[in-house]
Amino acid sequence: MAEKVLMKGNEAIGEAAVLAGCRYYFGYPITPQSELPAYLSKRLPEVDGVFVQAESEVAAINMVYGAGSAGARVMTSSSSPGISLKQEGISYIAGAEIPCMLVNVVRGGPGLGNIAPAQSDYWQATRGGGHGDYRTLVLAPNSVQEMADMTVAGFEFADRFRNPVLLLSDGVLGQMMEPVTLPDPVDYDVNSKKWALGYNGKEKSERNLCSSIFLDVDELEEHNWHLYQKYQVMTDLFSTGEYKDFAVEEHLCDDAEIILVGYGIISRILKTVVEKCRKRGIKAGLVRPKVLWPYPAQVFERLAKTANQFLVVEMSCGQMVEDVKLSVNGKKPVYFFGRTGGTIPSDFEILNEVDKLVRPD
Amino acid sequence: MKKIFSRPESMSKKPFHYCPGCDHGVVHRLIAEVIDELEIKNRTIGVAPVGCSVFAYDYFDVDFNQAPHGRAPAVATGIKRVRPDSIVFTYQGDGDLAAIGTAEIIHAANRGENITAVFINNAIYGMTGGQMAPTSLIGMKTQTSPYGRDAATAGHPIHMSEMIATLESPVYVTRVTVNNPANLMKTKKALLNAFTLQKEGKGFSFVEVVSTCPTNWGKKPTDAHKWLTENMLPVFKLGTFKDTQGVEKS
Amino acid sequence: MSKWVINENLCKGCGICIARCPLKILAFADHLTPKGVHPAAMTDEAKCTSCAICARSCPDVAIEIYKEEK
Repeated sequence: MAEKVLMKGNEAIGEAAVLAGCRYYFGYPITPQSELPAYLSKRLPEVDGVFVQAESEVAAINMVYGAGSAGARVMTSSSSPGISLKQEGISYIAGAEIPCMLVNVVRGGPGLGNIAPAQSDYWQATRGGGHGDYRTLVLAPNSVQEMADMTVAGFEFADRFRNPVLLLSDGVLGQMMEPVTLPDPVDYDVNSKKWALGYNGKEKSERNLCSSIFLDVDELEEHNWHLYQKYQVMTDLFSTGEYKDFAVEEHLCDDAEIILVGYGIISRILKTVVEKCRKRGIKAGLVRPKVLWPYPAQVFERLAKTANQFLVVEMSCGQMVEDVKLSVNGKKPVYFFGRTGGTIPSDFEILNEVDKLVRPD
Repeated sequence: MKKIFSRPESMSKKPFHYCPGCDHGVVHRLIAEVIDELEIKNRTIGVAPVGCSVFAYDYFDVDFNQAPHGRAPAVATGIKRVRPDSIVFTYQGDGDLAAIGTAEIIHAANRGENITAVFINNAIYGMTGGQMAPTSLIGMKTQTSPYGRDAATAGHPIHMSEMIATLESPVYVTRVTVNNPANLMKTKKALLNAFTLQKEGKGFSFVEVVSTCPTNWGKKPTDAHKWLTENMLPVFKLGTFKDTQGVEKS
Repeated sequence: MSKWVINENLCKGCGICIARCPLKILAFADHLTPKGVHPAAMTDEAKCTSCAICARSCPDVAIEIYKEEK
């Protein structure tokens, strides 16, 4: 077992990316994710990598598009307003099926909002965000260890599915220091992708094209259904296939009357709430989606048969709650509790909500 | 019989979709000839823009990326950083490069990316149907300047070559045209210089080609070159604005 | 074999080659191509010096030029 080191979440993402074979990072400064580019600007040159501080988020994501097209493992990171600027490029990257790793250390919005932690980019993250029929794989860690592990997994998923992968974090996780066991280094070969620009194993007559334009209506329809099929494969793998355990964590759900639902930093608070509930005789359980798209709907379908009600807690005015409602599909009531603007709900106020639901008088 | 002139090897066989008399075809061919002459076909990667030349990737027999509107220099940066031994060129029009992509071209130039940027300036948006461009001339009537471009509200034509030449990093910045056979050969030489500089690892080069848009100018192809000569060249003066390696003297 | 060979499927009838031929021996043909344009045509090949100005000026790379070997 490797030794544990104490790291900030944002730095753990950076080191894990390097260990995953990422040698290219393109970004633009924004709070609260600055530790990540700062870390990589120091670390990447040590491994003959490239760090470029771009002129804008728009330029940064297009550098990612170029580097990913050329076959590299590449990453960019930002926070909410910056991710909005990157959506155009992410749409092109998804359309052209270029693997890459994106990190959103979410802050409060809309607009400039503030720099406090938030979960209000859930819709943007899970619905595609940019224009067109596309999906990004969305991973939601809740610890520094998971930030490292999911970064490594994210690069693997990106390559396997030829799809952008988004790590959805927040200001608390990014700044939090925890002991972490770093993953083993991966030896990544930039010439491992036959479709990449400049791939050196081509026959002389072959040429590669990375593009998202299909002017002919039949061709675009065929391409869109091809993407859809890929997303279906991903959905199957993360719901019933080999990644089903990766996609979700369940805690004390088997006999639970009320299921609390939350991802990221909220899920840690919810775990405390569940324990306090149990001590008070309330049979509470926790579902923590670790993958936000494809959404682990199958878990809710199953638990809707045994539990009486669901309470979704988010640092937003209610976004993921829609996916829970879609998954529960009217079989049981789904309630919501949220704080927004940068306030993290306390276990006490969530417990209070549970009390109101379980003991209505 | 000895072959004097035929299609360069680095061009695909696909017929251009461009309008009759459009200069894109000539500039495409000159780039393909340069790629052939420098024997870099197997390691050249092009970046196509959004605009009339969005399908440039169809016409060159080399690897290509099709970039979002204005972002070709950023995409090219990513490609070149991953594959420094490849020869990366961007191909953009005036809407793409001088309006929506102003930041990307300026900063790629300022970083001194070892790439070659080709800029087609025909003072109008072609693909979308002839709207005013940042390089449209004062008084020029377009779909979105029906009374003629007014400097008081729409500003003056942007001189990209002159702007880029103020930066320290670029090694070669030149403005050429293809309005007659002699200038066409000068354009070929400029492109050869630019690609050679990249091949030698010297840094960023920028070749602006003052070009026609017969369709949206509402002119016959032969008249378009005359109009270019009489109206565009007095505003966009031909010449080399930067040549730190002295390629034009050698 | 001719000195001047045009691929009529590529020619769009823009007339730039005709305007630039120093000997003025190119003209629009009477017939139409499948695209519906009158293509450029050689009127007096004996006079052609194979200078290739027409071919180099052609935006559609439709012309090939050959020269008799001495």
